[in-house]
Amino acid sequence: MKCGDANMNERGTEERGSLQKTRSGLSLATVRKTLGRSGDRLFVYLVGLVALSTLMLVWLLVAFMISDSIESIEEFGFGYLTGRTWEEQKGVYGALPFIFGTLLTSAIAVAIGVPVSIGIAIYLSELAPAWIREPLSFVIELLAAIPSVIYGLWAMGALRPLLVNSVEPWLVKWFGWTPFFEGTPQGLDKLAAGLILAIMIIPTVASVSKEALRAVPDSQREAALSLGATRYETTRMAVLTYARSGIFGACILGLGRAFGETMAVTMTIGNSNAISWSLIDPGQTMASLIANRWGEAEGLQRASLIEIGVILFVIALLVNVFARLMLGRVLKSVHTTGGGL
Amino acid sequence: MRSHKLRKRVDMAASLLAVGCVLVALIPLVSILVEVIRNGAPMLSWEFITDRTTSGVGNAILGSLQIVMYAAFIGLPVGILTGIYISEFGNNRMGSTIRFFNDVMANFPSIVVGLLVYAMLIVYLGMTYSIIVASVALSIIMIPIVANTTEESLKMVPNSLREGALALGVPRWRTVLKVVLSNGRSGVITGALLAVARVAGETAPLILTTMFSYFWTVSPNEPSAALPTLIFNYAMGYSSLTVDEAMRHAWGAALVLIMLVLSLNVSVRLLSMRRFKKNHKGARRWRTRLSLKA
Repeated sequence: MKCGDANMNERGTEERGSLQKTRSGLSLATVRKTLGRSGDRLFVYLVGLVALSTLMLVWLLVAFMISDSIESIEEFGFGYLTGRTWEEQKGVYGALPFIFGTLLTSAIAVAIGVPVSIGIAIYLSELAPAWIREPLSFVIELLAAIPSVIYGLWAMGALRPLLVNSVEPWLVKWFGWTPFFEGTPQGLDKLAAGLILAIMIIPTVASVSKEALRAVPDSQREAALSLGATRYETTRMAVLTYARSGIFGACILGLGRAFGETMAVTMTIGNSNAISWSLIDPGQTMASLIANRWGEAEGLQRASLIEIGVILFVIALLVNVFARLMLGRVLKSVHTTGGGL
Repeated sequence: MRSHKLRKRVDMAASLLAVGCVLVALIPLVSILVEVIRNGAPMLSWEFITDRTTSGVGNAILGSLQIVMYAAFIGLPVGILTGIYISEFGNNRMGSTIRFFNDVMANFPSIVVGLLVYAMLIVYLGMTYSIIVASVALSIIMIPIVANTTEESLKMVPNSLREGALALGVPRWRTVLKVVLSNGRSGVITGALLAVARVAGETAPLILTTMFSYFWTVSPNEPSAALPTLIFNYAMGYSSLTVDEAMRHAWGAALVLIMLVLSLNVSVRLLSMRRFKKNHKGARRWRTRLSLKA
């Protein structure tokens, strides 16, 4: 019925249009109609073009970036990834120490940050009384709003004395026999960088995991509770199992953040190009190397730095695409509106 | 089967552990705020805010404001238009591709964005290290954030409004601009301001694209100081000041920066929260997406 009505209305306006046309040559209605229609098309094309342009621009920029690093790619080839020296005098550059440093600090960050984040997510979604949820989420999100350079400054001013005076001597005393805690505590090292990264990934991982937990249907919880499970057992068996892919995606997202974080790491990691397993030795990540050397680098070294950027780009792309696929579309905008980094 | 008592204790312990996790996360937040205020507050004075570097941070504040302003000029329109496309016309393959890569781009390391812009504008187009190059970098970081929030808030506009406008014979493009956009206005503005607050604290792309300057800069084609780069340079000892003096300046600048960023962020989110509390139907979903509400 409705369909028929619409058709009749349309025919009605057309008739009126043709009537006016006969009277004044070119009628207002037809002008409006054609303008409206082509205006529609124009608008869609325009907006689509803008939307597509940023996408194209980024890939264009990637091409520029690769062409800028070609000097270093041609010079070192795949050996760049396994080269251990970074020396200006010899003109030899290799990325292995920095890939190693990035992986190690990110591993520390995930090892410390993820359990804490999951605890927060469980508290916010399962345990907290309703009135505290909103303000508490708000406060946790604030962690993401603090600029990373301020994290770095805080680590230098407040975290470093704590690490040097109490945490690291204790670690050396009890775990000094392992390869991870050899050496003298300095406070600016991989442990400090890993801790800062752990704090910085908490808001991302916690808020995305919380969304994953909220997405678990209540029937899951009710079923477990009705079988006599305690709150803990319900959460462990019915909720966490159900939400595990979402939580996993959240962790990958956090990992991606840790890989790319620059300023806080640059300020805390101690700036040394050696490979060492000890967490209380200084080190270097890919991102911190770029930030540290950019001012003085020229020629081949700058091309090598840009190549590090290309590697970082590829890793970030893979990690994010993977996390996106794990999370699906449901949890989309949570972390992107948080800010930070 | 374990005894009832034991199971209850395990349950209790797990709850305490979860609360402990929350407290652990709050410690650094409180500590950062306390330290920044404690170390930065003695530095704050009219002179510190208005003088140029070495005795104050005035030129860095001006530089930051200029960089963020130009970035907003470039990034906000593009981001909002992208969001409009995804939300209103994005129900096809191109729309979902753009959406997917937007999401991926939103999480890109900012230093990589800085390198991308360096490779294009400075190496290829031969521009110098300058405010405008930094703004382009920040706007690229901004675009996916703004596009996401715009899309979310436009999707909240009820379809009946679109149908109503179209049924009255309003062309689609005017419907989008006049009806949809003006109804989703508050969400779009919130997202835009949050994006501005976020890029104001970005440091890594600035290091690669503006360098640093000890002087007042008003031309967009010159290198400039900015608050984040000033904090970085002073804290790492790349300055003509003594170590102590430089650290104190860095803390002072950190206080100014954190006040700017957090006041914008917090006030925008509080306002949007209050507005949505007023019998708005789509509000629940929007707040959930922003993770303002559990």
